[in-house]
Amino acid sequence: MAEDVIVVENLTKIFNGSLVAVDHISFNVKKGEAFGLLGPNGAGKTTTINMLTTILKPTEGRASILGYDVVKHASIVRRLIGIVPQEYTADEDLTGYENIILCGDLYGIPRDISKKRAIELLELMELMRFKDKKVETYSGGMRRRLELACGLINRPKVLFLDEPTLGLDVQTRSAIWNYIKRLKEEYDMTILMTTHYMEEADSLCDRVAIIDYGKIVITGTPQELKSSIGSDVMEVIIKEGDDVTSILKSIDYVKEVRRRNGGSYMVRLENGEIAAPIIIDHLRQKGYHVIRLSISKPTLDEVFLTYTGRAMRDSEEAREIVMSQRITLRRARR
Amino acid sequence: MISESYDGAKLKVMLQGFWGLTSRELKKWMKEPIILLMAVVQPIMWMILFGKSMNIGGILSPAILDKINIPDIRIPGNLLNPPIDGVVTIPNYVILENLKGTLSIISLKAMESVFGVSDYFSYLAVGMISMITIFTSTFSGMSIVWDRRLGFLYKVLSTPVPRSAIILSKVFNAAVRSIFQSTIILGLAIFLGIRFSSTFSLLNLLAVYLAILLFSTGLSSLFLAFALRSTRHETQMAIVNLFTMPLMFTSNAFFPTKIMPDWLQGIASINPVSYITDALRQLTIYQTNYLTLLTDFIYLTAFAVSLSTVGIVLSWKYLTK
Repeated sequence: MAEDVIVVENLTKIFNGSLVAVDHISFNVKKGEAFGLLGPNGAGKTTTINMLTTILKPTEGRASILGYDVVKHASIVRRLIGIVPQEYTADEDLTGYENIILCGDLYGIPRDISKKRAIELLELMELMRFKDKKVETYSGGMRRRLELACGLINRPKVLFLDEPTLGLDVQTRSAIWNYIKRLKEEYDMTILMTTHYMEEADSLCDRVAIIDYGKIVITGTPQELKSSIGSDVMEVIIKEGDDVTSILKSIDYVKEVRRRNGGSYMVRLENGEIAAPIIIDHLRQKGYHVIRLSISKPTLDEVFLTYTGRAMRDSEEAREIVMSQRITLRRARR
Repeated sequence: MISESYDGAKLKVMLQGFWGLTSRELKKWMKEPIILLMAVVQPIMWMILFGKSMNIGGILSPAILDKINIPDIRIPGNLLNPPIDGVVTIPNYVILENLKGTLSIISLKAMESVFGVSDYFSYLAVGMISMITIFTSTFSGMSIVWDRRLGFLYKVLSTPVPRSAIILSKVFNAAVRSIFQSTIILGLAIFLGIRFSSTFSLLNLLAVYLAILLFSTGLSSLFLAFALRSTRHETQMAIVNLFTMPLMFTSNAFFPTKIMPDWLQGIASINPVSYITDALRQLTIYQTNYLTLLTDFIYLTAFAVSLSTVGIVLSWKYLTK
C-alpha cells in the first residue's frame, strides 16, 4: 500500500474572524496519485492550496506534506513542492529562460544545474523557440506552460496545480492536459490540483473531492462518484401541462424524477437505452406525447449537481471578471 | 535526512535567492535604461536652473556701489589728533575703491561662513545627489506593490527563499540605482563647473558611494516596510509625495541649517538627509573636517542598520499573500 504524501486533518481557514473559507476538511493523497479538488469559484479550493503550500497559515487543524508539517516546517515543505498558481506570475520584462533560471535561484539550485534543467523543461513544454523572447509577447497557453516549467525546476515531489487551464480556450486546454499527463509519467510526482472544469478532473485525476462552501461534500474516483449517483440521466420533454412525475416513477427502471420548468423532467434511471421505449409507450397510453428525449451518461457535472444542488455553470461569470481584471492590470503597466 | 543539511541549505538559498532577485531587477533596468535616466532629469533641472540662477554671491557685488552717490568726506582739522588747521578732504573715488575691495571680501566671507563654499552652484549640486537618492529609495516601495499586483510576489513567497532576501534585494537595487544616477549628476556638475576642495581625491569618491549606499539602505528599507501590505500603488505615490518635499527642505540640501529658525534647525539636526548631504559636501567641496565626517558616517550607519533591521523583521510577519 502506497504511503500518504499529503495528510490533511480538519484544516480550517477563517478570514477576518468571520468568513469561513475552508471548513474542517480532511483528506489524504497517496504517493503518485493525482488528486483533484473540484468546486465552483469561492468554494475554498485556492485557500486550501495556499495553506498546503505554506502561503497562508491555517486557523485550525493541521496538514503535512511528506511528513513535514506545513506550519512548523514551512521552509522544508517549500523546498519539496512545486506550485503552478492560478495567476500568471512570470516577470513579463524577462525572457522565458531568464524566468526559469530565476525560479531556480529562488530554490538555491546551482546555476549549472538549473541551466540544464531549464533547457530540458523548455523542450518538454515546447517553448524552446521562444526561450529568448520577453514573456510579455507570450500567449496565454505559452504563459501557462512557462508556469508549469517554473513549478518543476526544483524537481518537486509534490506538485500543486491551481486551476491549470483557467481562461484558456478548448484546444489549449487539452494541450495543457497532455503536458500534465506527460509530466506525471515522466517525473512520478504526486499532484494536487484544483479545477472547476469537470472534464478536467475527469481526465486528469485519480481521485476527486468535491468541495463546496469550504466543505468536502464527497471524495472518490471519478468513476465511483459517477456510479454513486447511479446510472443514466434522461431528460424527457412533453407538452406543458399536467404533472407526470407519478407516472414516470411507476416505471420499473426509474429511480428518481425531478420536474424542471414546464414539461421538462430529469429522470435518473438504469439502462436508459432499454427504458426509453418503455417510457415513451407508457406516457402515450396515458395520453401524453413525448416531444423530445435524451439520454446522457453521468458526468462529474451531474455528480456536482446531485451533491450540491447547484450547477457548476454559476461560476463562469466570475471567471470573465477575473480575466478582464488581469487584462486591465497588464495595460496599466505599459 | 533533510534537516541535517538544513542550515547550510538555508544560507545557500538566501545568497542565491538574493542574487537571483537582484539580477532580475538589474536586468529590468538594463532593458529600459531610459526610465533610470528620466528620474535624473528633475534633480538636474534644479541643479542647472536653480543652482545657476540663485547666484547668492552676486547680492553683494561691488557693482552695486556704482549706483550709490558717495560724497567726499570732509573732516575738520581740529577733530584730528594731533589737531591741524584747515579741513581734510577724502575724495569719493578713494572711498569707493576701498569699499569695493571690502565688499568683495565681505561677500566672499559671508558665502563661506554660511554655505562653506564661495559659490551656490557647488553647494546645490551636491544637495541634488541627496535628492536623487531620496527619489530612487522612496520609490523602491512601489516595486513591491507591482510585484504583488502582477502575481510575481506570490511565486516568490511560495519558494524557500527567505523573506529577508526579498527585502534586501530591493534595498540593494535601490542603492545601486542611486549610485549610478548620482554619478550622472556628479559628472554633469563637473562639466558645469563644480569646485572641488583641495582635499578631494578619488578615494573620497568611494566614500561618497558608501554614504549613498548607507542612506539609500535606510530610506528604502523604511519605504519597503510601508509597502509590505499595500496593494495600491496610489497609496505609495501619496506616501512618496508626502515625504520627499519636507525631507528635502528640512535639511541642508538646499540651504544651510545655520540660517534657519530654531525649530527648523531642530528638525534638520535629526533629518538623515542633513547627514548624508553634509558627508557628501565634506568629501567633495569642503576642506574635510574628519570629526564631522565621522559623526555623519556614524549617524548614517545607525540609520541604515536600524531601519533595514526593522524592514526585515516586519517582512517576516507582514510579507504574506
